[in-house]
Amino acid sequence: MIAVYVIVGIIVVLLVIFIAIYNRLVGWRNQVKNAWAQIDVQLKRRYDLIPNLMETVKGYMKHERETLEAVTKARNLAQQMASAGAGERGKAEGELSSALARLLAVVERYPDLKANQNFLALQEELTSTENKISFSRQYYNDSVLKYNNQIQMFPSNMVAGMTGFKAGEFFEVTTEEERKAPKVSFT
Amino acid sequence: MWEQIRSNQTRSMILVIGMGVLLLLIGYLLGIIFFDSGLGGLIIAFIVWWIMSLIAYYQGDNILLGLAGARKISHDDHPRLYNIVEEMKIASGLEKVPDIYIIDDPAPNAFAVGRNPDKAAVAITSGLLQKLNRDELQGVIGHEIAHIKNRDVLLMAISSVILGTIVILAWYATRFMFLGGMGRSRRSSSSGGGGGQIIILVVAIVLIILAPIMAQLIYFAISRKREYMADASSALYTRYPEGLASALEKIAASTSQLKSANQATAPMYIMNPFRKEGRPASNLTSTHPPISERVRILRSMAGASFTDYEQVYQQVHGVGKGVIPASALALSHPTSLRPAEAEAAPQEPNKTGRARETSDLMWRLGNYKTITCDCGTKLRVPPKFKEPTVRCPHCGRINPV
Repeated sequence: MIAVYVIVGIIVVLLVIFIAIYNRLVGWRNQVKNAWAQIDVQLKRRYDLIPNLMETVKGYMKHERETLEAVTKARNLAQQMASAGAGERGKAEGELSSALARLLAVVERYPDLKANQNFLALQEELTSTENKISFSRQYYNDSVLKYNNQIQMFPSNMVAGMTGFKAGEFFEVTTEEERKAPKVSFT
Repeated sequence: MWEQIRSNQTRSMILVIGMGVLLLLIGYLLGIIFFDSGLGGLIIAFIVWWIMSLIAYYQGDNILLGLAGARKISHDDHPRLYNIVEEMKIASGLEKVPDIYIIDDPAPNAFAVGRNPDKAAVAITSGLLQKLNRDELQGVIGHEIAHIKNRDVLLMAISSVILGTIVILAWYATRFMFLGGMGRSRRSSSSGGGGGQIIILVVAIVLIILAPIMAQLIYFAISRKREYMADASSALYTRYPEGLASALEKIAASTSQLKSANQATAPMYIMNPFRKEGRPASNLTSTHPPISERVRILRSMAGASFTDYEQVYQQVHGVGKGVIPASALALSHPTSLRPAEAEAAPQEPNKTGRARETSDLMWRLGNYKTITCDCGTKLRVPPKFKEPTVRCPHCGRINPV
């Protein structure tokens, strides 16, 4: 009789541990999802800001057609990739980031533009959006790392394996250009 | 995330419980002195504490912001500040952007309030807005957001309420004693209580006088711990401890004093607002760790993670004396610092530009209208001004309001 109680007791304890680990894993996974949504919001915000920027800049930058076109093209491409996975999307967004950086670098040559209030406000929004993208990416990657660690570490890896938790994908901006991009200073 | 918050709390919780015990003790002693019954005193102490807690919970942030004379701003009032707060909200993983308040005061300082992360606010002085550049402001806002994220704000509110209750009870107790309100106990002791009761009475009086000081020391100890933790979190969010370090230096170098702070609200600020007039903050500030030490730790960090902070902290304070809870360290992973210029920085106004920007903001918040005359003079029109036109005192042109 005692043996039965002991076995039932052990099963109950194991079950409780299993449920606790499972719930924690769900918590981690939701945090990853949530963090991804944050990145998404900021990337969309950037798509929305670019047409405004183009409108403002167009009148001043007569000789920079190529630079402007590159930005528009990169933006449209990135928008098309919006439903792709973190890896591919990172590449497209990286292109857009470097195209924008090039554009903002040539602004230096247009003092009239630099004095335009509208442009200054847009520039603040755009650069802050860039920061927000990198902060949300930072938070997302931290969350993915913690989540993946949980999935791979004992004992939560057993629960994760049984209930089908998949490792998260890091969001890296992987363009060669982006990595080498020289720092653009606007002062 | 939850484990981190929970274990952050355990150490501080012990201190808070210590304050609670002190409060019960003082209530009990009051009861013995005035009513001959410890229970009555306990009940009174409990009622006072309960009322103050309710007020603090539901009205605390409004009272604090009101006392400081803080005014709420939106994105359009100061886009850069608003964006920085939003950036730090994203980096910390908070759900909601805290409300942003400005205090019109040249002394640079900042604090955070709010009973939970959904009802939080950060307040910064106009002096801070004027003195700090973008990176520095980011560091300070990161520190304040960390207070919200780590639930320090609630913890400090709880302990400041206990402190306040102890101070009030002790204050009234001493007043009554000097006014001869001890009639009851005197009578009872003379009716045959003997020497033992007199000793208890003396001990009780001494304790009642000492309790507020003890409570304050505990309060400051809680506060100091949370400051280190918030510094470490800010470094982690921004990946750039240098920003906060240089901001702290600028704040410490300032000699102006915050007008609206008082002893109870002091630990909430990023920097102790009380220091000798006309002198830079010294290392003796008790609500906050010494600035020079905070700066030194931030500057010596090899990476941006909690582990890096902990390592430097132990170098300063001796091995084994950690400040970051073990569970937070367990989740910490190597994170590199961001190079000084790696982040996108918009064309940033210089010192004069920031001063102009801030004063524009303060006038606007006071409902003044700003008209720029053709000669370049800025006319500030008060809200009471009803005339349709105003004459520029500089060049004499007539400007429509």
